[in-house]
Parts: sequence; C-alpha cells; structure tokens
Amino acid sequence: MGLTVDHLQVCYRTLRGDVKAVDDVTFSIEDREIMGLAGESGCGKSTLGNSLVRMDVRMRQLGGHVELDGKELPISDSRAMRDFRFKEISIVPQYAMSALNPTRRVGRMVAELLKARGFDYKSALPELERRVKLVGLDADILKRYPIELSGGMKQRVVMVISTLLNPSLLIADEITSALDVSTQRAVGEMLLEFRDRNFVKTTMVITHDLSILAQVADTILVMYAGKLAEKAKADVVINNPLHPYTQLLISSLPDVGIRHDEHTLVGIPGRPPPLLNPPVGCRFRDRCPFAFDRCTDEPPFVEVKPGHSVACWLHADGALPSGGV
Amino acid sequence: MLVLDNVTKAFKTGTFGGGTLPAVRGASFEIRPGEVTSLIGESGSGKSTLGKMILRLTPVTSGTITFEGTDIATLKGKPLREYYRHVQGVFQDPFSSYNPVYRADRVFATIRHSYYPGVSADAWHERVDKTLESVGLNPVDVRDKFTHQLSGGQLQRILIARALLLDIKLLIADEIISMIDASTRVDVLNLLANLKTRGLGVLFVTHDLSLGNYISERTIILRRGAVVEMGATPKVFDNPQHEYTRMLLTSVPQLHKKWEAESGAEMEAMGATSPGQDRGRPGRYSKSSLHPLAGMRDRKGRRAQAALHEQDLAEGLLRTDTYLRTHEEVLPLVEIEEDHFVATSTGAR
Amino acid sequence: MTVLKTDEAAEKAGAPDAAVSAGSGKPRRFEFLYFALRNKKLLLGLSVVVLFVLFAVFGPLFVQHPMLNYYIPFRPPSSSFWFGTNYFGQDVFSEFVSGLRESLLVGLLGGCGATVIGMTLGFVSGYKGGLIDEALNVLCNIFLTMPVLVLLILVAGFLHHTSGLIEGILIACTTWTWSMRAIRAQTFSLVSRDFVGLARLSGEKSRQIIMREIAPNMSSYLLLVFILSFGGAILTAASLDYLGLGPTNGMSLGIMMQQASDWNSLQLHLWWWFVPPGAAITCIVGGLYLANVGLDEVFNPKLREL
Ligand SMILES: Nc1ncnc2c1ncn2[C@@H]1O[C@H](COP(=O)(O)OP(=O)(O)OP(=O)(O)O)[C@@H](O)[C@H]1O
Ligand SMILES: Nc1ncnc2c1ncn2[C@@H]1O[C@H](COP(=O)(O)OP(=O)(O)O)[C@@H](O)[C@H]1O
Ligand code: SF4
Ligand SMILES: [Mg+2]
Ligand SMILES: [Mg+2]
Repeated sequence: MGLTVDHLQVCYRTLRGDVKAVDDVTFSIEDREIMGLAGESGCGKSTLGNSLVRMDVRMRQLGGHVELDGKELPISDSRAMRDFRFKEISIVPQYAMSALNPTRRVGRMVAELLKARGFDYKSALPELERRVKLVGLDADILKRYPIELSGGMKQRVVMVISTLLNPSLLIADEITSALDVSTQRAVGEMLLEFRDRNFVKTTMVITHDLSILAQVADTILVMYAGKLAEKAKADVVINNPLHPYTQLLISSLPDVGIRHDEHTLVGIPGRPPPLLNPPVGCRFRDRCPFAFDRCTDEPPFVEVKPGHSVACWLHADGALPSGGV
Repeated sequence: MLVLDNVTKAFKTGTFGGGTLPAVRGASFEIRPGEVTSLIGESGSGKSTLGKMILRLTPVTSGTITFEGTDIATLKGKPLREYYRHVQGVFQDPFSSYNPVYRADRVFATIRHSYYPGVSADAWHERVDKTLESVGLNPVDVRDKFTHQLSGGQLQRILIARALLLDIKLLIADEIISMIDASTRVDVLNLLANLKTRGLGVLFVTHDLSLGNYISERTIILRRGAVVEMGATPKVFDNPQHEYTRMLLTSVPQLHKKWEAESGAEMEAMGATSPGQDRGRPGRYSKSSLHPLAGMRDRKGRRAQAALHEQDLAEGLLRTDTYLRTHEEVLPLVEIEEDHFVATSTGAR
Repeated sequence: MTVLKTDEAAEKAGAPDAAVSAGSGKPRRFEFLYFALRNKKLLLGLSVVVLFVLFAVFGPLFVQHPMLNYYIPFRPPSSSFWFGTNYFGQDVFSEFVSGLRESLLVGLLGGCGATVIGMTLGFVSGYKGGLIDEALNVLCNIFLTMPVLVLLILVAGFLHHTSGLIEGILIACTTWTWSMRAIRAQTFSLVSRDFVGLARLSGEKSRQIIMREIAPNMSSYLLLVFILSFGGAILTAASLDYLGLGPTNGMSLGIMMQQASDWNSLQLHLWWWFVPPGAAITCIVGGLYLANVGLDEVFNPKLREL
C-alpha cells in the first residue's frame, strides 16, 4: 500500500505573506521502497518531510491529502497525528544527532519514549539490544550518554530508536550530510539493511547528495523550488535524466577518478528563486539553458515513460495518455 | 614553501589539564607553491588542527613549522601580520565565517583597514571588484548584502577573494565545500584548482578522496593524527597502499558504482569487528568504529567533545581512542616508489 | 522521533525566516519593532519604568514645600500636601521626589558599574581562556560565595560618611559576578565561531576583536544584562538604606522606608509615609523585570508568536 501524497500544499506563515515551500506535490512510495528526495537547499525537502509527521506552529496545510497504508493521515491535526508518530511514521530530523538530550542515558531515553506511547521498555529490550548489535554497536551503548558517542554512532542509535516499533514510514532527513565518507557508508548501508529486514515498510531519504541516493535509493524524486521536477527509478535518474535541472545537478558531481585538468566540471549558475513570490511559469527558467517561449507557462508534472515523470515543456508532448503518477 | 617538521599537537583534557589528547602526531610534510595539496582523513583525524597550527590559531606542542625559512612560532606583532599577508585560510562553515551583525563585504574593509590603509577608496573599490570577478562573482550581486541573502557558494568565494586581495602564497582551505550545495560545490573546487596557476600553494582539507583526486597534485592521508600515506595524487589514488587509504576510497559514494563489500581481511587489518556477519556480509557498518570519535563534525559536536573531556565522562570509547593515539606507534614513512610514501613497520612491501 | 526535535531544529527553522526577508538590513529592524510593539510584557514594564523616570525628572517642578521645612505633622494627603506630612511635619511628596531621584541614580550607577565590570571581565575571561580564565573564575567564585550584603554592611559601616556615589560604586563592585558569568558563557560560544579566527587572520588585535566582532553580537544580551543589573542595584540600595547604611545626609526611597518604620508609621497609621516609596520600588523593579522578560521574547525567535 505504501504512502500516497496527493496534491499536497504546505506553506509557512510569515509577516510578509505565505511561503509556499511545498506546492502541489503528488507522489507515492510503494512498500519496501526507498525513495530519495533530492534538490538544492531551500527547495522544500525538509518541509515536505516534516509536514508528513509534525506541522510546526507556523506551517499550514493549504490543500491535498496524504494516505498511509490506505488510511488518511490527518497531517494538519497535530493531536490526531500523535497516534501515528513513532508507531506508524518516524522521522529522523535534520540535526537529530545533536538534538539528543545530553543528560539522559540512551537507554533511559528510549524507556521514556516507549512509556509515553504505552509500551514497555523491559519487553522491548531484547529486540532493542539485538538491533543495536546489528548495526555494529555494543549493547553497552544504552548505558552511555549521547555526548560519549561519535556522530556516526549517534546517527545509528537514533535510527535504531526511531524504527524500533517497525513503522510503516521512515523519513530520514539529511542523516549523512554531517558525516565523513566512511560513516556515511555505514549509515547508508544501514538503511538498506533495515528495509531488507522489514524494520520499516517505506523509507523516504532526504538529502542534497545524489551520490548517496545512487547507493541506497530505489526511486529518486527531484524537487525544485517547492515543486516536483522529476521522478523515476534511481538508475534512470542517474543515467538518463530528462529534466534539465537533474541533468545539470548530475553533471556537476565530481565522480571518483575524474581530474580537474582532464575534465573540468561546471556547476549550475544562480540559485533557486525565493518562495515568497515565486516567478510564474517554469521556476527553473532563469537558470535553464534550454528555456524557450513556452516556459513562461507552468509545465505540468506528467508521466512521459512508464514510471518516469517530468515537469518540463521539452518533454511534455510525449506525455503518456493516463497522465499523473 | 611551508615545511612541517615532526609537528605534534596534544590538547589538554580534563578539568585541570590532567590528561592529554594527541590530535596530531609527528606530521612532517611540505606544501609547495603552484600545487594543490590535499589533506585527507576521517573526522577527528587532526586535519583542522593541522590547519589551525599552520595559521597560528593554535600553538604547536612540539616540532616546527617553517614558512620560507622562518619558524612561524617566533612571529609576533608586525611580523605575524606580515605572515598573514602571505598565508590565509577559509573554513568549513560559510555562515559562521561571517559576523552576522555586519554585511558580507565587511571582510574586505577589514583587510583594507589592516593592510592597505593608504589605498584610496576608489582604487580599493576597483581592486575588490576585480578580485570578485576573478573568483567568478558579479560584484553587484554581492555588494551590501547580508550573509543570509547569499548562497554558501557565494560566501565561500567571497572569502577566497578576501584572501586574494593580500599577496597570498598559501591558502588553507578547510573542508570549504562540505556545507555548500552540490550545484555550486564544483565551481568552488575549480576556483581552488585555478589558483595554482597564479603560483599559489593550496592546502585542501577534505574527507572525500575523490574530491582530493579531482583537484590536487599531492595527497596526504592522515589517520589518528599521523600521516599514513602520501605522495603524488595519481600514485596514491590509483595505487593506494595503506589499508586506511583503501577503506576511505571504497567508502566514497559514487554515482555509477555501488559500494562493494570489501574483503574481511582488510577490515580485520583495521582492527574492526564484523557485526554484519549474520547476513554473510562481513564488515558491514563497522567502518566508523575505526574511529570512536569519527563523525563529530558539527559545531555542537565539537562542543560536546570539549564537554566530554571536561567532565571526564570519557570512559570506554574515548579511552580506547586516546589510548590508541597515545600508545600506537607512529610508523615511519617508506618511499615505495618515486614520490609515494607509506607508513609501514616492515619497510617496503 | 518527536522527542529529538529540540533547540537545534527550532533554531534551523528560525533561520530561513530571515532569509525570506531579503531586501536590505531594514526588515530585521522592522521585525524587531513589530514584535516589540506587540509584546504586552515589554510595553507594560517599560511604561511603568518610563513613568517613574519622568516623575523623577519633572517631579521637582511640582514640589511646593521644600523638604527641610517643617509643617504640621501627621497630615493625611490633601490638595496642598499631596502625599501628606510625616511624623516630623515634613512634606512626604518632596521627600519622595528627591528619594526617587537618588534611588534611580544609585541604581543606574550600580547597574552600569556592575555591567561594565562584568562585561570587561567576562569578555577577557571568555576570549582569552586558559589560565586567565581560571584566575578570573576563582575571583568570581570568591565574590559569589561571599555574602555580599554582609560585605556591604561592613564596608558601609566602616566608612563614616557615605554618599549615593559611594553606595553605587560599592554595589557595582560587589554584584558584577553573575553578569560576568553570563557574558563569559556567551563570549565562549562566540569565540569558537570561525569569524573570530578570520578576524585574527586579518591582523585584528584582541581588543578590536572583542569590541568589533564579539560585543555587537551580544548587544541584545548586554541590554538584558544591564536591565537586570539596574533592577538588582535599586533593590540592593534600598535594602542597604533600610538597614540605615545609606547616604549619610540625603534622601532615598530606602531611607524613607527606614524612617517610616523607625517612627512606627505602621502603628500610627501613617500609610502615606511608607506606601509611596514601597510601591515605587516594587513597581520599578517589577517593571524592569517584566521588560526584561518581554525583551527576551522579542529577541529570541524561538519565543516569538505570530
Ligand atoms: N519557519 C519558516 N518560516 C518561513 N519560511 C521557512 C521556514 N522554514 C523554511 N522556510 C522556507 O521554506 C523553504 C524550504 O525550506 P526547507 O527547510 O524545506 O528546505 P530544504 O530543501 O530542506 O533545504 P536544506 O537542504 O537546506 O535542508 C525555504 O525557502 C525556506 O526559506
Ligand atoms: N580545542 C580542542 N580541545 C581538545 N581537543 C580537541 C580540540 N580541537 C580538536 N580536538 C581533538 O583533536 C582531534 C583532531 O581534531 P580535528 O583537527 O578537528 O579533526 P578533523 O578536522 O580531522 O576532523 C579530535 O580528536 C578532537 O577531539
Ligand atoms: S520547462 Fe523550460 S525552463 Fe523549465 S526546465 Fe524545461 S526547458 Fe527549462
Ligand atoms: Mg532540510
Ligand atoms: Mg575539521
């Protein structure tokens, strides 16, 4: 069944007006799928992730709805969402690592968390210890304070805790960004392992690093300025991207073995538009090397090949008749 | 140009400075003009500490750093200021590199105030504009802006421009692209690589071997504060000899190639356990247990680390790490081929 | 993992807010005003304090009976003696006006002094770290553990002639500790930021770095520290005066309270003698405290409500 997000719109209320950080987003994640969400900073990735779990006081849902395993998620009702959080949906927020309470031993923290949700720590302990060992940590870690752990260890502990109740959906927001390559790899492989062992049903991995997604994701969703740009299987997005934004993003990554004197890569000039008053038409227009007159209208997000959807006028004519995702 | 000779740094730990943590152990290498030298290692391996020592932001415990023949530890007052005229740094977090109460271009005013008080405002403006253009920025885009109005890539480039306004010979770039967007990362990298055509030496600090390979001529691999392998980049990269270098290389996430399980023997050599074994994939997850403090890269983390030393909560892990740092022998570097050195106990393999 | 979402996440969430405000520096200031003008605590606290300050400044214009003249004692408030007369027949209103002026001045002196000392030591301690920091910390701990009031009593008793000036200096010299603590902690966290390192690479001297790089970042914090010190100093001065250790020949709110209690005003039902100074002290200190809480809410995006 997985997760279905339908025409979701979320904004932040500010003094100057609404910032539409997630604008008309439609997608779905199948069971056992790891979906990667990529895009530059400020594209609305975290906003999308957070809105599925916990709306901040300044966030408002303007439209759309979300279903998890066939059940409607009352995402704008923080109270009603309590029943889902942690049990059905878990999020590992950006900077979760540094947000662990430093004065509580890890085990005690888990106990409190479980108690608040009506579960018993004692009976969950064997499974907790098993999983802690599974990710390469000593069970002894439950007796430690978070500041005694390295960043990579903390990140793994946080992931074990958030998936302890086998949630249907795990949202992992930038969990590898602050880590060095070897720790990134350990955490990335852990995501795969958790999926293989059915600790989580569906996973959404948010990151701006496409090469991590190339390692762990089954499908990749690229966002740009609050809107969807492209969605397809991971290898399709990496090897045959259709949206100019995705193409430029990928060509700017220095892959292993490339040297500057032989092959100079280029970045994408400019930066994403502000979302307070986004430009009309295609939002990528002022940075897009292929922009043409039609791009002053907003391109629809349509399926152009089975399982491959794009929002770009260059490909809109080849849209499959069914449309949508 | 800049020579490090057996440089060591031991931080005092514990409330009354009881313990010590050897952050850098006997590092000796040279940074040459017209070359990018990359300094690579996991987090906590002492890369930033080395950079800070070169920039005189923290004193060395033992050993010497000489810049064009003078021991930099002796510099004070005016000579130190002259040293900074030639040696400058750019740091990891572009947002904390700017004082939030001022506009971003104040960094130029500070330079003028300290180094070019005689230059007229007009001439200075022109010079700043030219330098901004040389780092690929449009002066109009960045002038009079606050940091939150600029992107990470723009901010880092402004800092490089700031350094270029001086007669710099050496630039220390400490993980300067790890906090900026992938779309502008490569532009900053290219800019660094192009600096060498001006005859500058660049010390490029990173944890990602592929980035080091992309721009640098020489590579130095640091592990637990000690140099384990160094030499010409193509040699180190194409023919890595130390297990640690290989491990770093296989960990790099690649676009077109999945991580592959490395041989158990390699992991064993690194002294790690193999907890993923029950799935028949030895060595899974074990990488970062190589370094108990690996991964503490954020500011909070660093503070937490400091607190850790302070409160002496440091049982177990930290102790093993400190223990290893203190007792593990620093192996001598052996030249196994021309311009390729590896730390070994048994000599060349 | 809702439990994990704390400060850092909130901090991060606050930041983009500023990014949206693109334009020039103005929106920030505008935003500050916007939140300041809507904060009831700040407005209430500030208006109470401003009211008393105005009263102290312009009060002398309304004084009809000089303080040292004696009239009929025990007179309740009336149209000619607004606050009545005291046991000796002095005009309470004129006493109140000069007492208020004196108290505010001593408070200002003590508050400013404590803030300046605390700031200097806090900055130096936080910036230099190491041995200097440990030494200053020991000093701070000595002052912290010493019962300050007892010290003040000793010193005030030792000096035969105290004036408001001496009292203010004494207060400043003994109450700087907590402001130093607070400023030191803030400085510590700022020093670890990269812009301080870059300033050193630009050849700036320590003093310049503290004044130009660190202090401006703490301006709102310094204001809060000052306000609290100000309130604290007024309270300390009043307690000293009440104990009879105030200025030898002057008037202050504390001295009024002392005299009122010495001459049994409570038993004699001379409420107009002790209520005005008591109420004034309570209102000023309370107002400052309220303003402090309000300002904190305004400065801190995490506490803001839209
Ligand atoms: N509390 C807030 N108030 C107003 N606008 C906000 C707020 N939080 C985020 N935004 C805006 O919403 C947009 C999306 O932000 P979001 O944090 O979702 O980006 P992101 O894609 O996760 O970026 P990053 O890679 O930096 O984490 C940005 O334009 C940001 O400025
Ligand atoms: N100010 C400090 N006080 C104590 N220990 C420190 C300090 N700075 C760094 N260290 C320690 O020195 C080691 C090397 O740190 P660092 O140079 O920052 O590593 P890297 O930059 O390679 O991540 C780490 O173990 C770290 O905990
Ligand atoms: S719609 Fe036009 S501007 Fe937008 S990405 Fe496609 S070609 Fe570029
Ligand atoms: Mg985010
Ligand atoms: Mg570092």
